[in-house]
Amino acid sequence: MNWETVIGLEVHVQLNTKSKIFSGAATAYGAEPNTQACAIDLGLPGVLPVLNSEAVRQAVKFGLAINAKVANKSVFDRKNYFYPDLPKGYQISQFGHPIVLGGQLQITLEDGTRKTINLTRVHLEEDAGKSLHEDFKGKSGIDLNRAGTPLLEIVSEPEMHSAAEAVAYLKTLHALVTYLDICDGNMQEGSFRCDANVSVRPVGQKEFGTRAEIKNVNSFKFVEKAINYEVARQIALLEDKQAVIQETRLYDSQKNETRPMRSKEEAMDYRYFPDPDLLPLEINDEYIQQVRDTLPELPNAKRERFCKEYGLSEYDATILISSKAMADFYETVVKNCGTANAKTAANIIIGDMNAALNKHNLEIQQAPISAAQISKLILRIADNTISGKIAKTVFETMWENQEDPDTIIEKQGLKQVTDSSAIEQVIKQVLEANPKQLAEYRAGKEQLYGYFVGQVMKASQGKANPDQVNKLLKDLLQQ
Amino acid sequence: MYTKSIRELGLGLKNKEFSSVELTKHFLERIKKFNTLNALITTTEEQALKAASQADQKIAAGIQEDLTGIPILHKDIFCTNGVKTTCGSLMLDNFIAPYDATVVTKLKDAGAVCLGKTNMDEFAMGSSNENSYYGPVKNPWDTAYVPGGSSGGSAAAIAARLAPAATATDTGGSIRQPAAFCGITGIKPTYGLVSRFGMIAFASSLDQGGPMAANAADCAIMLQAMAGFDERDSTCVNRPKVDYVAELDKPIKGLRIGLPQEFFNDKLNPAIADLVHNAVKELEKLGATVKSISLPNGHLCIPAYYIIAPAECSSNLARYDGIRFGYRCKDPVDLEDMYKRTRSEGFGAEVKRRILIGTYVLSSGYYDAYYVKAQKIRTLIANDFIKALNEVDVIIGPTTPEVAFKIGAKNTDPIAMYLNDIYTSSVNLAGLPGLSLPIGFVNNLPVGMQIIGNYFAEAKILNVAHQLQQVTDWHTKVPAEFA
Repeated sequence: MNWETVIGLEVHVQLNTKSKIFSGAATAYGAEPNTQACAIDLGLPGVLPVLNSEAVRQAVKFGLAINAKVANKSVFDRKNYFYPDLPKGYQISQFGHPIVLGGQLQITLEDGTRKTINLTRVHLEEDAGKSLHEDFKGKSGIDLNRAGTPLLEIVSEPEMHSAAEAVAYLKTLHALVTYLDICDGNMQEGSFRCDANVSVRPVGQKEFGTRAEIKNVNSFKFVEKAINYEVARQIALLEDKQAVIQETRLYDSQKNETRPMRSKEEAMDYRYFPDPDLLPLEINDEYIQQVRDTLPELPNAKRERFCKEYGLSEYDATILISSKAMADFYETVVKNCGTANAKTAANIIIGDMNAALNKHNLEIQQAPISAAQISKLILRIADNTISGKIAKTVFETMWENQEDPDTIIEKQGLKQVTDSSAIEQVIKQVLEANPKQLAEYRAGKEQLYGYFVGQVMKASQGKANPDQVNKLLKDLLQQ
Repeated sequence: MYTKSIRELGLGLKNKEFSSVELTKHFLERIKKFNTLNALITTTEEQALKAASQADQKIAAGIQEDLTGIPILHKDIFCTNGVKTTCGSLMLDNFIAPYDATVVTKLKDAGAVCLGKTNMDEFAMGSSNENSYYGPVKNPWDTAYVPGGSSGGSAAAIAARLAPAATATDTGGSIRQPAAFCGITGIKPTYGLVSRFGMIAFASSLDQGGPMAANAADCAIMLQAMAGFDERDSTCVNRPKVDYVAELDKPIKGLRIGLPQEFFNDKLNPAIADLVHNAVKELEKLGATVKSISLPNGHLCIPAYYIIAPAECSSNLARYDGIRFGYRCKDPVDLEDMYKRTRSEGFGAEVKRRILIGTYVLSSGYYDAYYVKAQKIRTLIANDFIKALNEVDVIIGPTTPEVAFKIGAKNTDPIAMYLNDIYTSSVNLAGLPGLSLPIGFVNNLPVGMQIIGNYFAEAKILNVAHQLQQVTDWHTKVPAEFA
């Protein structure tokens, strides 16, 4: 039987407000345990939550960026359950009336096809603390630094049909929240976390299959692997005439498998009800317009502009806008070296730079080479100091030694030879050293031309200007 | 000194008849002498004397406000920095708050001297003060009787003149019912007038702090200090300050009084009804007019209240889990054991009953039938009041259907106990202000009358109460044993 995969994603985005969603405590990551938790975060008797207006502004910003409906009135509810790292015994969230409804995200797949994914809702809530089960001699430690950190929960419709689509959605969403500067996007630190609802059904069937929810998968790679594992598991079950159980599963990246966490029978009754400590959140259209006026250029608009302004292909532009940091880096380079070199800049960033970043598992912000240095390198190509090929060598040295391109060119003697007589000299030597090939060429075997070019470039250690080599070689071969 | 009003004590301080330290010692001695009432959980003698001496310095420097150097008591539901705050529960027997409630800060700033923390029903759940981990409080008018609850400690302390004034809280009647049982004056302000920050939550949408004192004028002075916007409480209303004291002496000629016919039903002790009618006649003599009004949905208030309040309490009390503060059971074997035993041992029976009811009514499948419906009834009840208050300035009726009952008489029958709130809890559901003041005695026990006003009409109801107290003397009566 042919199976269709159905995926819906719930993403928790940690907002980058300075203080928590309902208290004045700081939100910075990595502090000593329990040093960033005030009486409110600890849920001490008598304390009350006060909503952080910046978290609201960020949620509205996101809602506008996905063309969603920002609710004029939304309600904070209490989600009641007991857990040691949940200080109040309930999480303040939004259940019945979320701040943002609907919206769309346009994703681009590897092969360039575009698809629109609809969103169900987006709501504000507070994060819980962390339970630490190691290093406490059989007991558990509780760190409440994270308790009360603002989260935006973004829920998609079940409209994705492969792990690749899910990853494309997540990457687009990740780019968007960092573009909007509402999240630092750091997945290792848990600033962008994903739960995937996965089910399969026979192709053509309308009803959804029974779904499993895979919790907290913290990298694009693992999301892909977890979904692929889960889809295979469910298909195998169904083909074996067994049922898929509705349950929550945990992805184990070391074993590359998903395991049951809790089943529906154990599912908790959260006893949601409106939080009486917080009034309904009212947002007027004037405020929404104010936030709209602050929206930065969004990825799709940027892609279009890159194609138009810099003459880039859509493919190149898509890669460059995949993160705001990358797009900003690119634009800084182009600003320094001129729009005439925009295509060369794109090639170097997409090619050399990306390869090096991937190899070292770094983000562009962490690259050892600055945009200014890349611009210099491009200018050296443009003014014929070096060839594009030599530029690759220079780039590698720049990455390794963090040296200036001019210094590298000077030190390693990589300067392109543009002196015609010097190039002519080299060509003559090559022709003299290869009498047999020369005779054959002149007898009509013209495909040997490339061989001579290669030999000349090799003899000049790649430094001869390729255009001049072409011109002079043709002349000398005619003689 | 103990029979003097706050205004008189202030004058005494000003005229150097006595110092705040002397005044403080005087009341501390009374607290010690009458400790069998069990009105206080904690006495803060050292801090009180220090605060009193600071007040004396201020007074000497000519800086004196209404409450400077005046001793008061706080209900043990208000967090006090560095002082044990128990909420009447074993759960918080070891809890020392690291902050002051806004009300505590405001009264401190006003110069009041806190003598200690008063006993109360555990987590403010009760109408008799028998639900305290620290034992029942006794009614000073007859120590075999309950003082009412949950602010029974504050009410008994004022009745026995252990302090001129006290803070209290009211979720379904917890200021007004004990005020009535103890023959004192207490006002529950409009929801949102007094900050709830640092006031330990029972039912957040109903809880409201307010003062208790011998008379309405002293309540006005206290409320003046307690009320006001607080950015730490999102439900606190930001509105211009009202001068409650200045309004007290306004004549009440032309005041329109509404008597809800439903309040004078067969559940009401006829002797209490007579006293209410007597008091209303006094107000008529002062120029008020009286008409009968109807609050047709009033009979639904107890069922609605006993769904909404437990629902909120079941969630508010989830934080008492033995993890970060408060009581933790001995040697838990695992997390579930810790939760179960901590909460089973740390909470008393009434608190557990309400947590269970609240958990039940919020459960999926029951939520709409109970909680949502109760909220609808709440709107109906509020609308009844709003409609009535379009026609009258204040609504007057009995505070309770009966006078105080004997300790132990009702604590096996929760429904009988809950019916104590029959005239008071609807006011909380509507969020309106209500005041209880003494209007006489039945069987030698005090009777309270309730004056309900429109939203933020505290000045009006304090004015009416004060005017009545100018022509009656029930508020000056002190039980013989404590005189």
